[in-house]
Amino acid sequence: MSEIATTATEETGRGRLSAAARADLAGLKARHPEAFRLSPKSRALAILVPLAIIAVAFAAMVALDFSLIRILNGLSRLGRFAVLMMPPAPEGRFFVFLGALGETLGIAFLGTLTAALFAFPVAFLAARNVIPNIFVHFGTRRAFDVIRSVDTLIWALMWINVVGLGPFAGVLAIACSDFGSFGKLFSEAIEATDGKASEGIAASGGSRVHQVRFGLVPGVLPVIASQVLYYFESNTRSATIIGIVGAGGVGIYLTELIRVLELKQVAFLILMILVTVAIIDFISTRLRLAIIGNKKIV
Amino acid sequence: MATAIPVLPEPQARALASAYAAAVSVRRWRGAAVLVTIILLALVSGYLAHVRPVTLIANIGNFGSFIGRTIPDFSSGNVLADLRAWYWNFPAWLGLLGQTILIAYLGTLMGAVAAFTLCFVASANLARSRWSRVGARRLLEFCRTVPDIVFALIFVIAFGLGPMAGVFALAIHTTGALGKLFAEVVENIDMKPVEGLQATGASWIQTVRYGVLPQVAPGFASYALLRFEINVRGAGVMGFVGAGGIGQEFLVAIRNFYYSDVSAILLMIIATVIIIDLVTEQVRHRLIGFEGTR
Repeated sequence: MSEIATTATEETGRGRLSAAARADLAGLKARHPEAFRLSPKSRALAILVPLAIIAVAFAAMVALDFSLIRILNGLSRLGRFAVLMMPPAPEGRFFVFLGALGETLGIAFLGTLTAALFAFPVAFLAARNVIPNIFVHFGTRRAFDVIRSVDTLIWALMWINVVGLGPFAGVLAIACSDFGSFGKLFSEAIEATDGKASEGIAASGGSRVHQVRFGLVPGVLPVIASQVLYYFESNTRSATIIGIVGAGGVGIYLTELIRVLELKQVAFLILMILVTVAIIDFISTRLRLAIIGNKKIV
Repeated sequence: MATAIPVLPEPQARALASAYAAAVSVRRWRGAAVLVTIILLALVSGYLAHVRPVTLIANIGNFGSFIGRTIPDFSSGNVLADLRAWYWNFPAWLGLLGQTILIAYLGTLMGAVAAFTLCFVASANLARSRWSRVGARRLLEFCRTVPDIVFALIFVIAFGLGPMAGVFALAIHTTGALGKLFAEVVENIDMKPVEGLQATGASWIQTVRYGVLPQVAPGFASYALLRFEINVRGAGVMGFVGAGGIGQEFLVAIRNFYYSDVSAILLMIIATVIIIDLVTEQVRHRLIGFEGTR
């Protein structure tokens, strides 16, 4: 330990122990060598790993054209933006923003619901305890991975080509990217169920379908419901930005207002988004607690 | 092996049956109420989001033909030449992909450092004053709730077009997301080493360094890697607003209907994301298994 703590706390007795220990440091080192020395391997790791991280970071900064002048100029400009944002004001467009927020919530809700409805049956294909065939469940899993690795905004761009600009493309985009995530989560939830219920149904003469319907579904439904609620929460956030590529919601206004530097309205709109997200968070946390209690999801 | 089960006497059976029916009907009613609520909400959302099923059905063929057109022509004779034609701009795309990964890396690193300094102040068991804790929590919440691409929109105007804006946008969002997770890790530690250090008169910083850090380091590293994975996806679309990476090129390709470019770039993005997922997953398993905590 360093010498930082050599403050005059001896009178109160707080520092006396550390002072005594420090006086006998040599003796302590001799008696407990293992407490003062790292093994060579972990010492090398402790030095090399941070060094590598910092070296890569510097290389990255060079590669990405970081320059101090641009950072300082940018910071001063950001400071000016912050002043221009005060006070946040709708400037007569409160109801327009409110309508756009409603659209955003609609996109998030419908997208999440569609994704969940489609992912629910398919997730059984990816569960090892339902379909023991390795090719089927492994293939389904990888398909989910591929769908998941495409960002919502990219899905939105593709759906715009199909149904045109507007919130409907946003719904389909969220439905697509969440289909992958839900498929993965649902199938994991199905695999984590206790097999005893299905065994009991098999023992009393139930068919394979009966086993899934009465043995698996009641067990996984609460978990799935809480996951869907959690995703609805996070999708309200994604739906606010999906308008950046023209797929509806509040993002269109956000992009336009930032581009023309109507910063008071931007600040107001961001505040409205924060309040909406907080309300949705509150409601969905309550519902989740009511469904599964104070358990961790995933 | 059918065995005859004795049938219950009539009054007993009727009592059981009615009790069962009552118990089930409560659940059925509740289920129906939930279903009706969901359907109503879906209808309202459908109205708000201008859902047009007819357009979808009319144009669903477009999606198929869109995907179909992105598939490049392959003739049986010279696959190599076709491949070269498909990936005609491969070196440039690879460079942009590398830029995307570097944006994600720097954003994650800066965000993790900021989250690291804030999380000890934001955690309930280590914060020294209530006000600093509440302040840190609100700050993290703000950083987390505003989407990264909104920060990128603002930063592109402030710092100019280019990857720097993307890095800062990701860093701020990462600070919020990781700060919350880090604070939760800190709140779940064993307090005995901390109390032991406090008893020897160690300062707050010493307590954190020797009592808390060894316990939380694997958890922190694991969450940071998970965030890196998410940020690679995020950095892929930063280019949509001009904040660097491969997104710009993809936007140009899809807006100008360069079909085979769309599929070529998309495949590269998917492959990168999946590879990084697999690698970080391995590292995280080793980290967590190695330390045996969490």
